[in-house]
Amino acid sequence: MKAAAFDYIKAQSVPEVLALMSKHGDDARLIAGGQTLLATLNMRLSEPQLLIDITQLAELNGIELSGEHLWIGALVTHTEIENSPLIQKYAPILGAAAPHIAHRAIRNLGTWGGSLVYGDPAAEWPACSLAVNATMVLRGLQGERRVLAADFFVDLYTTALAPDEILMGTEIPLANTKQVFSFQELARRHGDYAIAGLAAVAQKTGQTLTACNFAFFSIATTPVLAKKAQAIVNGQILSTELIAAGVAMARSEIETMDDITNSAAAKTHLVGVLLERALKTMLAE
Amino acid sequence: MNQKIPIEMIVNGNTIQAEIEPRRHLVDFLREDLGLKGPHLGCEQGACGACTVRVDGQIVRGCLYLAVQANGKVVDTVEGLTAQGVLTALQNAFLRRNAMQCGFCSSGMLLSAAELIEQRPEATREQVREWISGNYCRCTGYHSIVDAIMNVLEAQREQTE
Repeated sequence: MKAAAFDYIKAQSVPEVLALMSKHGDDARLIAGGQTLLATLNMRLSEPQLLIDITQLAELNGIELSGEHLWIGALVTHTEIENSPLIQKYAPILGAAAPHIAHRAIRNLGTWGGSLVYGDPAAEWPACSLAVNATMVLRGLQGERRVLAADFFVDLYTTALAPDEILMGTEIPLANTKQVFSFQELARRHGDYAIAGLAAVAQKTGQTLTACNFAFFSIATTPVLAKKAQAIVNGQILSTELIAAGVAMARSEIETMDDITNSAAAKTHLVGVLLERALKTMLAE
Repeated sequence: MNQKIPIEMIVNGNTIQAEIEPRRHLVDFLREDLGLKGPHLGCEQGACGACTVRVDGQIVRGCLYLAVQANGKVVDTVEGLTAQGVLTALQNAFLRRNAMQCGFCSSGMLLSAAELIEQRPEATREQVREWISGNYCRCTGYHSIVDAIMNVLEAQREQTE
């Protein structure tokens, strides 16, 4: 199908975007990569009156070291993350996750920020942002505020971003030499939406993991940290028994939801399968 | 909302100027306004890959990209790229391996494969399958397409040895 008619403005500055959003409210949509938006427009699931193109805004671009953080601008594409030496060094789980996102032609346009603010529970970046303790930098007419990934994903397609705010980018604590990670995703075909996935990051000393983040996706209305399983694994020698205990706890603590093709029971089972694989991978590193 | 926006872009080496509705996506602009029938319109929701074209040297879904977004950019379709090295080699390999039947997916498949060959010259068969997983073919079962792409990759590796 064809999209319904809309007006289009290519914004030249962040203040201009914020002013346009405040003037047009719900009738306006931002477009960056557009890889979700344009499909919904073509299917007429959404009929905004105005598209505000933000791709020209240099402030929202770039992957850079800034102090103790890695800055990833909201407009950075999945392909840029896939190819970035800074990501490989300071947030390597993102490099491992990127190839799982859709297909190359879509990764060439789709953006980091777009995926985060859309808050699709099946998407890779929201879970990864939880796993690496990312901080979202949000700007509105009242100024800038920072929200931890752990507080950002509120509900299905719903984030802490206010209607009059935009995501500028994220700050990610730099990975050190003790960081280990495992990215696990099950999908019917490469590039399809995940049946279940896990972004796991921890600090490793000998055979002990600390600062564990096990962020599951495509199993509930938001990405979910398995906090009790993390507490079981944290600081203990990662024995076969400990792995089994962590797996059992993750299965019992996470309330999974079914999707069109997979039952909640299947997802609960997969939560354990993925965590076991991830723990064994991290142990072997 | 009957706004029309003036745009200018380079399509297959030619500077094009037009005034278009913002809602017109790039493939409709290429096919209907410029008469370039190489990029095909399949699902119109980003799933099938038949509309794959290049914008500023990178493959994109032409149905998930507005023509107004291409303002000031360089757009290449299969028509414009055919005369160049990698694509010519791919087309010859597709013919040799019989990597098409109806041909509807071929233009998109060729452009996706060309980016793979340029960016992942060491790709394995498995990686080729992953890379083209965003392009649907309902005829061949993909085997012959992967064969053809592997042929070009292997020939290129032999040349550089």
